[in-house]
Amino acid sequence: MKIVSKKKAFAIIIALVSTCKIASAQDVDLFKSLDEQDKKDKQNQTDYTTAIFKTTRMINGQSIENVGAGVLDVKISHRFTPINAGAKGLWGLDGANMRMGVDYGINRWAMVGIGRTKGGLFDGFAKVKLLRQSTGKVKMPVSVSLSGGAIWSTDKASTYNNYSDRFNYSLQAIVARKFNDYISLQVVPTVIHYNSVEKSSIPNDFYSIGFGGRLRLTKRVNLTAEYYYRLTNPSDYTYGGSKPVNCLSVGFDIETGGHVFQFHFSNSPDMNDRSFINETTQKWNVDAVRFGFNIARVFVINAPKAVKI
Amino acid sequence: MKKIILIASFSALIGTSAMSQKVYQTKTGQISFDATGTCAEPIKATNNQVDSKFVDKTGQIVFSVLIKGFKFPNALMEDHFNENYMESSKFPKADFKGFITNISSVNFAKDGTYDATAKGNLTIDGKSKEITVPGTITIEKGKPTIKASLNIPLKEFIHGSYIGSQILDVAKTTVVCKYE
Repeated sequence: MKIVSKKKAFAIIIALVSTCKIASAQDVDLFKSLDEQDKKDKQNQTDYTTAIFKTTRMINGQSIENVGAGVLDVKISHRFTPINAGAKGLWGLDGANMRMGVDYGINRWAMVGIGRTKGGLFDGFAKVKLLRQSTGKVKMPVSVSLSGGAIWSTDKASTYNNYSDRFNYSLQAIVARKFNDYISLQVVPTVIHYNSVEKSSIPNDFYSIGFGGRLRLTKRVNLTAEYYYRLTNPSDYTYGGSKPVNCLSVGFDIETGGHVFQFHFSNSPDMNDRSFINETTQKWNVDAVRFGFNIARVFVINAPKAVKI
Repeated sequence: MKKIILIASFSALIGTSAMSQKVYQTKTGQISFDATGTCAEPIKATNNQVDSKFVDKTGQIVFSVLIKGFKFPNALMEDHFNENYMESSKFPKADFKGFITNISSVNFAKDGTYDATAKGNLTIDGKSKEITVPGTITIEKGKPTIKASLNIPLKEFIHGSYIGSQILDVAKTTVVCKYE
């Protein structure tokens, strides 16, 4: 201690005291650090875009959305006869094509569904999310899902040579983007495979590309539209004696709590991938357009563990 | 010389006491709410990733809550919550910035439960409002746990005019945060 001069010791004290002052001047301001954290989080955290569309169906076809994990979604869909029936035929509401089905969310990534359409068509599908649109740390401009389905026809009157002829399949890649809170669009390259076709000149695989979009009108009501453009269009392919045309549907999605109602007008009487894409035969005019609806009601079967309150 | 040493040690002591201000924090706090009105399905959700910090000396306290972190049993309800009510793409977080007004009555060295009141600004959906929340601070082995419940008046925060009888006007909210 004696080696240290008084001056030096004094300097040390000054230094010590001043560090103390710095320390106390550095009193934490949590408000400030929270604001800074928020700014950082915007860069460092990934914000996944949700609710690109209101429900799992655009109108007839699949949308990018899945049902939530552990949720059962009961869907009842009707497609009526053309509205030109007038008041006498209650604008087509007398006759209806119907599909009843249930969808189930296996986890955050995958869902499956089964259904039956009037006329003995059973269908099943699985849809898997591959990419999710996001901002922040991971920037992904689009969401991408893959949907694969099969239709089994139980129609006894038809002339199927083999049992396998009763099946056809569809595979769709769904690419969607939510541009803002009001506009979302999706593009759906589609291939429909038939195990058997009428003639050798008709291919087994029919390619098409679907377009879908929604415009949010109010918080509860969305205007939706869906159009499938058929890329495979062999000159001698007919359905029920008529040349198929492209299917266009325009409607509204209305949500009320646990329900989503979809009301729409379409030139197709069908709801299955194969049927509405490749078997629509009437052009969009007053003689063909018909009213239809999908009603979805969700039931929580298996709530995620973290949520059980 | 002895004097100098004395002063030095004294100033060092002051220094340590100034620096002993401690920031308690958690990133796994829990906030849940229940706004079930006449609706058949329960409207409740839990967020287990609440970010909160507080200072033992000043009582300054902050909570930061990611809106998309609220998990509902029904995923469709969660979508509606985010898109229609909370506008979470525009306002991803809710926060509270305030002070525990009677922090001096809490003895962090002694186990026990102390009444505490927090006063500050609650910001939800881009709207701020000053609130006072009574709660408790429990000290267990030097680690504090804050518990509080409050009724958040939804109409004063949330956009949209259609909060009907199916949803209560107030969300009964509970906060449980264990700090390190």
